[in-house]
This record gives sequence, C-alpha cells and structure tokens, in this order.
Amino acid sequence: MHPAPSVIAFTTLSGLGFGLLAFLGLGLPPVTGWVAFVFFALAYALAVGGLLASVAHLANPKNAIKAFSQWRSSWLSREGIAAVAALLVMAVFAIALIFFDVRLRLLGLLGAALCLTTVFTTSMIYTQLKTVPRWNMWTTPPVFLLHCLGGGALLAGQPRLAAVLLALLGAMMIWAWSEGDSKGRAGSTMETATGLGRIGKVRLLEPPHSGENYLLKEMAYQVGRKHALKLRILTISLGIVLPVALMLLVPVTHFTAIVAILAHLIGVFAGRWLFFAEAEHVQALYYGR
Amino acid sequence: MTSLPQTTEKKLGLVIDLDTCVGCQACVVSCKEWNTSNYGAPLSDVDAYGAEPHGTFLNRVHSFEAQPEAGCSQTVHFPKSCLHCEDAPCVTVCPTGASYKREEDGIVLVNEDDCMGCGLCAWSCPYGARELDEIFGVMKKCTLCVDRIYNENIPEEDRVPSCVRTCPSGARHFGDLGDPESDVSKLVAAREGFDLMPELGTKPVNKYLPPRLKDQPSQSALTPQHSDAKGLFAWLDKALEKL
Ligand code: SF4
Ligand code: SF4
Repeated sequence: MHPAPSVIAFTTLSGLGFGLLAFLGLGLPPVTGWVAFVFFALAYALAVGGLLASVAHLANPKNAIKAFSQWRSSWLSREGIAAVAALLVMAVFAIALIFFDVRLRLLGLLGAALCLTTVFTTSMIYTQLKTVPRWNMWTTPPVFLLHCLGGGALLAGQPRLAAVLLALLGAMMIWAWSEGDSKGRAGSTMETATGLGRIGKVRLLEPPHSGENYLLKEMAYQVGRKHALKLRILTISLGIVLPVALMLLVPVTHFTAIVAILAHLIGVFAGRWLFFAEAEHVQALYYGR
Repeated sequence: MTSLPQTTEKKLGLVIDLDTCVGCQACVVSCKEWNTSNYGAPLSDVDAYGAEPHGTFLNRVHSFEAQPEAGCSQTVHFPKSCLHCEDAPCVTVCPTGASYKREEDGIVLVNEDDCMGCGLCAWSCPYGARELDEIFGVMKKCTLCVDRIYNENIPEEDRVPSCVRTCPSGARHFGDLGDPESDVSKLVAAREGFDLMPELGTKPVNKYLPPRLKDQPSQSALTPQHSDAKGLFAWLDKALEKL
C-alpha cells in the first residue's frame, strides 16, 4: 500500500496526542495551572495536527463533515465521532484544570476512555480490510493502542510505565511482522483471482494499460520493500530499545526525555512507513504483482 | 445509508465469457465514452498526450496466460469491472453514506455529492474495481449503465450496459442473476460460471465463464510418420538422420 506521508503523520502524531491526553485525563502527571496548559497544548497540537493531516489526504474535503453520518456501519465514521467527542470532553476537563484548578475526575476518566476508543477505531479501519492480509490480523489494534499508550506515557513523563508499555509494543510489533510474513496474501493467488487455476499456473501476459493508474499507485506499492529488514531494525532500536534504556538506566532529565521522545518518534515513523509499504493488497494480483 | 440491504429484488449483473473474449478492448472504449458523458463527474485523463498518460476507467481488460501441467499454455483475455457484490465491503466501509447498494436491483453506486474522496472503499474492494478520479476527487466505478438500462429515451436494444451492447464477439451478457430462470442464470449453470476470489466472501453477482480447454493432439502434424524411400534415397535418409 502507498505510504502517504499525510496518513503516516496522522496516525502517528494523533496516536501520540491521544495517548498524552489519556494520561492527562487520568491525572498523570498531576499538573495544574500553566504547566497543565503546556501539556494540554502539546497534546492538542499533536492530536488535532494529526486529524488535519488526515483531512489533507481527502480528495474532496468539502464533504468531510458527512463522515460523521455512517457510524452504524463504518469504522472511519466511528473514528471521526470518537475523535471529536474525546477532544470536546478533554477540553472541558482541561479548562477546569487550567483555569479553575478543579480536577473533574470522572470527566477525565471518560475523556481517557474516549481517547483510547478513538485510537481503537483508527486501528479497526485497517484491521477490517480482508483485502490487505497484513493488516487483517488481531495484532493490529494492540499495536496501535500500545503505540498510543507507550508514546503517551513517554510524553507524560512516566518513565517506568513508558518502559513497560514500549517493551510490550516492541514485542507486539515483532510478533505482527512474523505473523504477517508467514501469512502472505492469505490464500489468495493469481489463480483464485482469475479463476484460471482450473487450467494451470497463471501469469500476466499483458497488463490492461501501459502506464500507471490509481490502482497501481495506491495499492501495488513496491518501492523500498527490500529495505524492510533494515527499517525493522531501525524501528525497534530507535523506537523501542533506546527510549526504554534511557528511561530505565539513566536518571531522567529534560534532556534524556527529549532524546527519548525524538528517537521514539523517528522509530515510530519508520515503523508506520513499513506498516503501509509492506502491506500487500490482493488486487495487485491482477497485475501480477 | 451504507448498511447493505438484506436482500435485493433483483440481482442485475454481467456474465463474462472468457472463452469468447478476444481482448479487443472495445468494451473499455465504449464504457469510457458512455460514462464520461453521463452519470456523475467525467472520467478524466491526465497528461493524455504527454509522456505519462493515465486516467480513470471503469472497465479494464487484462490478458493472462494459464499453463497446464502438459501441453500448450492458454491465453485468456480478462475484462474486469465492478462485480456488484452481494456482500460488498466497499459499501459498509464508506463513512459518508456515498456508497450504497440499491434494494431494487442490487446495483452498487456512488453518490458523488456525498463522497469525500477518502479512498477507503477502493482499499476494501478485492478486485480493483474502484478508481478515485484524480481531477474530480470522487470515487468512480461501474454503474452497470444505470442510465441506459431503464432509459426509455433510447431504442430498446440499447437498454443494456454499453460494454454488452458493444462487444463484437458476444462475450458479455447482462441480466438478472437472482432469477434462476433468466438467460444469464441458465448460461452460468450450463457453463459452470464461477466467482472471482470466492475466499474473500464478497459474493459477487457478476460471473465468469471458464475458457474451454484446448485440444491435446496425440501427435504433432509436423513429425514425419514413416518413410518409403528406397536405394540411394534410403541411404541419404539414414545418413541425414544420423547427423
Ligand atoms: S467489485 Fe468491488 S466495488 Fe464492486 S461491489 Fe464488489 S467490492 Fe464493491
Ligand atoms: S471515497 Fe467516497 S465513496 Fe469511497 S468510502 Fe470514501 S466517501 Fe465513501
């Protein structure tokens, strides 16, 4: 699948933002006043920035408002609703905390739950697609949720929690990679796609068009898959190992925290890029890819 | 609403005969012609006369080669467009309600006034039957020529999808696949029509008819069967054989 920068930015940044918001809703760290303002500003910048990046991905954004209508059937619609609900609830919580020094505990809990619901609905947009076997796995929601929680804990200044969550995330990602590698295209082949397996082995003789098209650009992305192993190592070492080591082995200062967060971010971007670039769509079989 | 109807009154669709299709691309051209000037936004072309022309099509013809265990391979021309699936994932994933399946005839359509161009429906389709138009930013797909088949302003013989009307080899058939007595249903039964990627559970309405298997002549017509040569010619024949 085409690793569109806007979608990579959206899923990673908003994931981190909602993670931080969830921790703030739980009272971690227990900030108030201007310190709380800075934390909330960062969380909102990440979450809203990510959402705006996802709107930039739309080809016809003037109809984006209609995306709130189909929550009965569509995970993307549910994501939109959950995101807006989470941001609104947390806004009330934040205003009370920053300006009135009042901690609305229950509202904070509700907000945290909505933040995690948002990230879960995001993950389900990918998980539901049977056409992309590497996404259509039980590991996808835990990977997204651990991304959000691990990164959120890092931003919220919770070193021990962050280390545990990130370690879990690393283990889950490695599991998802190996399961995805062995799954391939989950039994779909050029033979089942064309139904010509009844005759024998099928190969593409002539594609239907000589140039590119939307289908090939979007769903038959092949660039850089050969670097998969290197990128996986980068993802794990920068995204997981380095921040975990910094959190556990050296005294946590502003400097180490910033290094850990930046390393984590680079690792996460690499991992999310792979999440798209490595995912094969069954329709590419019609192009022999 | 992007929930699927429980049942549809009819299941209108296409039956494509892979034995008959000659890969002439006439259906591709007639589809583009009809659909760029009728239902919804046009099917745009980008860089049409330049180095990298590309554009939106609702129907494309691939060519495959199937290699049996023994004997010659078979070339199969393979037209592909939306199969108007009964369990269409493209409909249920749509967040805006733009994608829907009609209760009366089962046709899967996009209401372009609602589409926000997110492309998720195209991701969910196993068959590559949906293309996001690069210029107009809305999702395009086969409408089964919904603006022809019920159109009383055109002669009756034209009230079939443009591709069916155009196909010079009669490889494309249109009808109600929900009615076991319809011509298309009988054709599917007689020729063992099949579904594409049945393992994905989309239950396509469109069916494909398999190509008939090639004859396997027991001996090639070109190998000499025997020789009646005598004398000098018999010697020459043997000598040449040895070379
Ligand atoms: S072929 Fe693709 S676009 Fe058409 S109904 Fe089936 S899933 Fe939807
Ligand atoms: S591209 Fe349009 S029709 Fe397809 S899922 Fe998005 S809004 Fe619905």
